[in-house]
This record gives sequence, C-alpha cells and structure tokens, in this order.
Amino acid sequence: MADAATLLVLWPVLIPIATAALTAALWNRPVAQRRIGLASLALLLVASLALTAAVIDEGVIAKQFGDWAAPFGIGFVADPLSAAMVAISGILAFAVGIFALGDIKERHERAGFHPLFHGLLAGVNGAFLTGDIFNLYVWFEVMLITTLGLLVVQRGKAQIDGALKYAAMNLFGTILFLIAVALLYGATGTLNMADLARILPQMEMSPGLTTSALLFLAAFGIKAGVFPLFFWLPASYHTAPIAIAALFAGLLTKVGVYAAFRVFTLMFEMEGGALREIVAVVAAMTMITGVLGAAIQWNVRRILSFHIISQIGYMLMGLAIATPVAIAGAVFYIVHHIIVKANLFLLAGAIKHAAGTDDLRKAGGLLKSHPWLAVLFLIPALSLAGLPPLSGFWAKFLVIDATLREQVWWLAIVALGVGALTLFSMSKIWMEAFWKKPVLVRARPRTVPVVFVVPIALLGAVTLTIGLFADPFVEYARTATAVLVDPTDYIAAVFPGEEPVRTVETALPVIATEGAVE
Amino acid sequence: MTLVYAITIAAYVGCGLYMMLSRHAVRMVLGLALLTNGAIFLIFLSGRIGSSTPPVIPQGADALAADAANALPQALVLTAIVIGFALTAFAIALVLKAYHSLGTLDVREMKAAEALGAPDAPSSSRTVTNPQTVTNHG
Repeated sequence: MADAATLLVLWPVLIPIATAALTAALWNRPVAQRRIGLASLALLLVASLALTAAVIDEGVIAKQFGDWAAPFGIGFVADPLSAAMVAISGILAFAVGIFALGDIKERHERAGFHPLFHGLLAGVNGAFLTGDIFNLYVWFEVMLITTLGLLVVQRGKAQIDGALKYAAMNLFGTILFLIAVALLYGATGTLNMADLARILPQMEMSPGLTTSALLFLAAFGIKAGVFPLFFWLPASYHTAPIAIAALFAGLLTKVGVYAAFRVFTLMFEMEGGALREIVAVVAAMTMITGVLGAAIQWNVRRILSFHIISQIGYMLMGLAIATPVAIAGAVFYIVHHIIVKANLFLLAGAIKHAAGTDDLRKAGGLLKSHPWLAVLFLIPALSLAGLPPLSGFWAKFLVIDATLREQVWWLAIVALGVGALTLFSMSKIWMEAFWKKPVLVRARPRTVPVVFVVPIALLGAVTLTIGLFADPFVEYARTATAVLVDPTDYIAAVFPGEEPVRTVETALPVIATEGAVE
Repeated sequence: MTLVYAITIAAYVGCGLYMMLSRHAVRMVLGLALLTNGAIFLIFLSGRIGSSTPPVIPQGADALAADAANALPQALVLTAIVIGFALTAFAIALVLKAYHSLGTLDVREMKAAEALGAPDAPSSSRTVTNPQTVTNHG
C-alpha cells in the first residue's frame, strides 16, 4: 500500500480543521472567509472523491497515528462505507457552501458561521473515518459543539429556545455514549474497533456488555432521531438558517445511523438477545410517527424536519433485518437520503425566497412564476417518496425487498404505507406552493438567486445519476456490506502482519496518542 | 474499594438523572454536570483500581514494571473532563442567554421555537383565511 494512499485518509479531516482555524483567524474579514471557505470545500470534495477512488482500488485503507501499532494508537480506517459517507458529505458540503453565499448574512458570519461550519465538517468526517471508539466519542462532541454554535448564529428567541432543547437531549446522548464506552473498555480492555471486532465475538455477553450495547443503541438513537428519542429534532431544525438546516438535515442524523451500523455490525452481533426485535419495532414507530407528524404541518421546513425522522426508520429497517441484502439496501438508502434531504431543505429556502414565506397556506403560484424551480423540486420530492426511476425508488425497493425475503410482512407493510404518506406530504408542498393560485399576487415575481439554483441543480443531478445508473451504486453498497458483515479485511488493514501481543508494559504509548486528541 | 466507587457512581448518576428531569433549566445543566462526572468515574473504575506505581519506565529498563498503574483510563478521563467542562460552560452560557431573551428559566414556558411556523398559529400578523385549511384543522 502506497504511503500517499494512506495519507488520503487524513485529508478529509485536516482540510476542514485547517480551514476552521484560518477562518477563525480572519474573523472580521467576511469576504476573505467566504473565498477561503469555498476553495476549501472544493478541495475537500476532490480529497474525499480521491479517497473513495483509492478505497475502490485498494480495499480498506488504515492509518495509525504516530506509528503506534494498533491497538495502542488511534487510527483512521477507510472502508467502502466510510469512504462513501465521506464522499457524499463532500458533495453535500460543497453544494451547501455555494448556497450559503446567498443565504448566510454578514451578521451570521460575524457570529462565527465559517469556523463552525468547517469545524462541523471536520467532526462529521472524523466520525466516519475513525477506527477507535473513544475517538468516535470525541468527534461526536466536536460535532455537537459546532452544531450548537451554528444553531445560534442567528440569535433570535426561537433559535435560543431550539438550541436549548437540542443541547439538553444531545448532551444527554453523548453522556450515554461515554458510559457505554467505559463499560465496553471495562469488559474488553481495548478501544480499537478492529481489536473489538476480534475480541467481542469470542466473549460471552455479560451484563456489562449487554448494558453497553443498549446504551450505544440509545446514544446513537438520540443522535439519529429515532422514536421515541427524536423530539429535539423538530424542536430545533426549523429555527436555523436554511443553509445550516440543510447541512444538519443531510449529515447529522446520518452520522448516528452510520455509528449504529458500525458498532452493530463490526462489534456487537445483531443476532441473539432481543436486539433485532427492538430495532425492528423502533424502526416501524420511527417511520410512522415521523410521517404522521409531518402530515399536520404547514411550514415547509417543519414538514421536512419530520420527514428526516420517518426516513431514518427505513435505514434502521436494514439494521433490524441484518441480512447482507438488507444492510446493502440501508447503505444505499443512507447515501441517497443525504443528498435528497439536504436538497429539499435548500428548495425550502428557494421556495421561501420566491414566495416570501415558508407557510404553505400563504404561498402559491410558483409553478407559473418559477417553472424551473418546480421541476427541480419534483426530482428530490418524488425521490423521497420513492417513485421510479429516481434514487429513492431503488433505495426503498432494496430495503423492502430484503424485508420480504425474511418474511417480516408487517414491517414491509408499514414501510410501503409510510412511502404513500410521504407522497402525500410532498404533493401537499407541490399543490400549495406551486400549483394553487397565489394568495397575494406580486407585481413583480421575486427572482431566486443563481447561488440558490446551482447547488439545487447539482444535488438534483446527483439524485438523477444515482436513480438512472443505479447498478454501480448498488454494486458499491454490496461491496461495503461485504466488509461490514465479514470484518476480516477491516481487521487485516488495521493489523498488518502478525497478531500483536498485548501486555501491561505496552499500555504506555496509548497515553501519548489518546492525550493528543483533546 | 470497587464497591465504594460503584456506589459513588450510582449516586452521581442517580442525582444527575433526577436533576435532568427538572423543568428548571439551571437544574438541568447541573444534572448534566453530575452525569458527566458519574461517567468520568466509571471510566476510571473500568480501568480497574490497582497499584499506584507511576507508569514510568525506570532508567536502564526497556519496559514498564509489571505492577505499574494502567495509564489509559487517566488519558480518557482527562479528555472527558476537558470536553465535559467545555460543554457545561457552553450550556450555562446558553441558559443565561435564554434567560435574557426569553425571560424565563422554566422550560414549560419556552415556546418560541414551537411558535415559529406552528400549524395552529399563523406566525405573522397577516392572517390569510383559507377555507381548506380551516376544514382540515377543525
């Protein structure tokens, strides 16, 4: 493995961290911040695509920091799933970065938008790439603190209120995560994920380990916004500026889902215990409550916030069924959903700009005044509802097909019903904002800025590409699943050569690397 | 010794959870701080309470003495304390800001985010009556 390829694992984290530092130094110069930010996002996009290409070529890539051999040092591991998540985040961040040029006001920038934005990207990519469970906790906290900062860049009453509710639930979630890590370390004596993947299958499930597994589930459940732990999400997402809400909607909950997939495929088995049943019921309830919550809303952003929740249910379905086909379906679903959901939020911003309101009751007539916006809306909206030939159809098809193969009929029926209700919500936005006669007719229609249209079109093109040429993406999801289900490659990449011997003496080096994270 | 630690952790976590259930925002933050400390003690305990010999390699030797203390939990605890401190500080600042702008510390009275775009209450003063809306909402 070439050294340049292993270094590729670092760029998706190093670029945003460096940018966050640089933009923080240029706090009072918004124009310079904007330029550096956009250049950095382009660079990040290239770096993450290069990482994915390298992972496709060479398989799992692992990099141990400071040359401390695993499991003593902290390492980054890019397997096909991590690489795909990093790549899709790179695309999304770039699109949102362009949108932010038009959406983010100078007072938001003076409140620290740029450093927080890039800090969040560093946290997200770090969480995707890390190969150490305690390090994953650290990245979760990086994400949390930057998210809270972004929620309050606009310091209105609603934003402060939303941030407080977000903080209460998510701080609690990360403490549960920390307790789970402590219990896991107490039982196994290691924090390296690949090492845990070797040790845990040979261990009996002691009470400590069971508690740890359930706490992981609860902590990631809070992060992912699953039933009944999702209340922070619709309480806060609609208060943030659109560009920020789009980034949250696309990435944050999916990091929770990703972490759940990582922990419950690599380390803990879904078989055994009641874990599968719990996750299946949680998935069904998440889908139903999310979609019903959306049905009564009239504010575009609130409708979309509730739909984030219902879509998380589909991803959890894949984890509940836990066959390779189901996990591949869920992986495909996550990738498709990140793009579609963020795009819908950007469109909500465009609708708000064009109609002057994001209350559907007061909007209308956009089909006549902005026909191309209507077309761009249809792509992610129909994809979210799962209509062919868009990406959402394949995503739903793969997950539901896997459910039917396992003959879990009730879950499949719930998934199909929720799909129909999703279509109802999307057609509601369509009817009210685009189709219906405007409530008040403007003399001159408000034009939507180009910086809004470009990212929406870009993400729409990605959705169309995934939908029309689904084969390579499904194939990639299968490859990613193969590594998840059988972690031999993952372990081999982290432990090249012979099995390391663990003794008390060699516990020392870990301090240096663990301490370096802070 | 382990039992003493276990009871201490239970007390911390129990008090923390109880305080988090409070509707007073400041009590919630205090509860979070207690919970964090409980978790930190738990990390410390999960590294096992053993010898207090410092994990330093003596002059001339190339490995630690066999009875050296486990240093990893201390590194983890240090990280967790730093993170916990930062988040608690932020939470306190947020609560202070909420008190200034919302004028209350009772979370039941904090409804600004709910009111924004709520389905039953039009957010702006200009109310548009739409017959469909009225029938849908009863």
